[in-house]
Amino acid sequence: MKDKIAIKVDDLTVAYNFKPVLWDVDLSIPEGVLMAIVGPNGAGKSTLIKAMLDIVKPIAGTIEIFGKPYKKQYKEVAYVPQKGSVDWDFPTTALDVVLMGTYGSLGWIKRPGKTEKKEALEALEKVGMLEFRSRQISQLSGGQQQRVFLARALVQKASIYIMDEPFQGVDATTEKAIINILKELRKSGKTVVVVHHDLQTVPEYFDWVTFLNVKKIATGSVKDIFNDDNLTKTYGINYKVSLLQ
Amino acid sequence: MSVQEYFSLVLTDYTLRTITLGTAILGIVCGMLGSFAVLRKQSLLGDAISHAALPGIVIAFLITGAKTSNTLLIGALISGLIGTFWISGIIKKTHLKSDTALGLILSLFFGFGMLLLTFVQKMPDAQQAGLDKYLFGQAATLVESDVWLMAVVMGVSLVVLIIFWKEFKVLHFDPDYSKSLGLNTYVLDVLMTTLIVMAIVIGLQTVGVVLMSAMLLAPAAAARQWTNNLGIMVFLASLFGALSGIFGTAISATSNNLPTGPVIVLIAAAIVVISFLFSPGRGILFREIRHWKNRNDLQLHKTLYFMFEIAKTHNDISHPHKIKILNNFQGYTRNSLKNLEDRAYITVDGPMWSLTQKGYDKAMNLYNQQDNTHD
Repeated sequence: MKDKIAIKVDDLTVAYNFKPVLWDVDLSIPEGVLMAIVGPNGAGKSTLIKAMLDIVKPIAGTIEIFGKPYKKQYKEVAYVPQKGSVDWDFPTTALDVVLMGTYGSLGWIKRPGKTEKKEALEALEKVGMLEFRSRQISQLSGGQQQRVFLARALVQKASIYIMDEPFQGVDATTEKAIINILKELRKSGKTVVVVHHDLQTVPEYFDWVTFLNVKKIATGSVKDIFNDDNLTKTYGINYKVSLLQ
Repeated sequence: MSVQEYFSLVLTDYTLRTITLGTAILGIVCGMLGSFAVLRKQSLLGDAISHAALPGIVIAFLITGAKTSNTLLIGALISGLIGTFWISGIIKKTHLKSDTALGLILSLFFGFGMLLLTFVQKMPDAQQAGLDKYLFGQAATLVESDVWLMAVVMGVSLVVLIIFWKEFKVLHFDPDYSKSLGLNTYVLDVLMTTLIVMAIVIGLQTVGVVLMSAMLLAPAAAARQWTNNLGIMVFLASLFGALSGIFGTAISATSNNLPTGPVIVLIAAAIVVISFLFSPGRGILFREIRHWKNRNDLQLHKTLYFMFEIAKTHNDISHPHKIKILNNFQGYTRNSLKNLEDRAYITVDGPMWSLTQKGYDKAMNLYNQQDNTHD
């Protein structure tokens, strides 16, 4: 089942101001996995996914989405940025933000029409935000903002979903709602890549995991590689899976 | 001449009409594009660009010897663009933060411009007289061709905004995400910056290098206060810009010795102050009122909740209790009792109060909300 490669990263090196953030990273993400990228602060997790999305330009290395460069495949990929990366005081509503997910497939000049609006409302309903559709986005709670971002990615109807810390600063209800949607996505054959902070929930939420600390430490199924050895190699101190519970 | 006379003259007098039309169009262009500069947190960029335009004006004069505004404005455009590219270059290539880069380019170019200006003014022939009007602007020198140029810039800006409306919207809200959508954010950025530089350049003759950025920012900042919709914000900013231009020109034309540019900017600033104080959603006045009302509500809810705690010990929630027992509770006053009765949360009968079904439900819900946050 897991023979097709969704994202292939080869010899990726990224540096900001001469300091390497990612060093010679090789990574193959099979299609249909729900994968966590874990690692300490400054390990380059966000940079890795930004490089996959062609937002950050690498010094060396290539990235392929289903065998082709990102520029040719952007319709296959939906991105959920960290919710702290934007100014939520922007003059717009929840529905309008979700509609932005349709902008990539619409051409120049064309505005979202009835079909797009219907899809956006469906996505809002899916994340449980339908009643907040006309709400100014600064009036939403942190968890609600995160759900709006997820809905925006859902309307893109992509094959690959890449998310930057979607569980950061959200309430428990939102976390449950999001993870249920992610598991649903995987069930329908989508590939989901999540930068994740909470090691404790990795075995419960994900089936695939990548350990990253500037270099790639390990990647594989949670069952096989989520162990004391890799945790220690990534975080530098004597970590034990048993201590996480 | 009074302001009323002015407005009757505007339609007939050629010069007044030209100037008024010019300042109004300038206001519209600046409001339209300024909205995006404000949302992108690039307020200072306008200031840097306008100051950076000064050396271009003087150099254009030195090279061509011409004093026609179009030639000088091309010089302003070129040096404004150079300044802009240097700013983004400094930010990209060094560790300097953007405010430092802006300040650096602003003072460097403006200082150089002032140096050239002083040099030119000491030259023997009288040709150069009037170049210093670009410092604070002089609307009276606007002629029909200047207004046409402004109208063209307005038309181009409008068309570009209409074509790339959704692209600009997502770019200004979430630049990384718009890249992931496959949009060419570099081209969009260059396009928007070029439009802003053009808007600044056409305003130099009227408002001047020093105050030009206010024309860009003030209408947009005011418009943001009145709406949560980007389209309406851009429209309102254009309207406020136009009003500033028209009334600024009217006031300066009707009283001697009032310079047009600064008056226009002051009118725009007045609109900002009014908007910040009195806009219904975000204005300070209404926010304070809401704040005060919320605090009052909170007091009431606390009292109601205290009553609920007493009432729920009985099978009948409307079982009467003595008002006296409320004296132990801190938030309780005669007034709050009256308020609770007005809202039909309780009924008062002589020295006794009892909770109504409505009051019971309300208190119950308060409890639930508190409970949810701990979930």
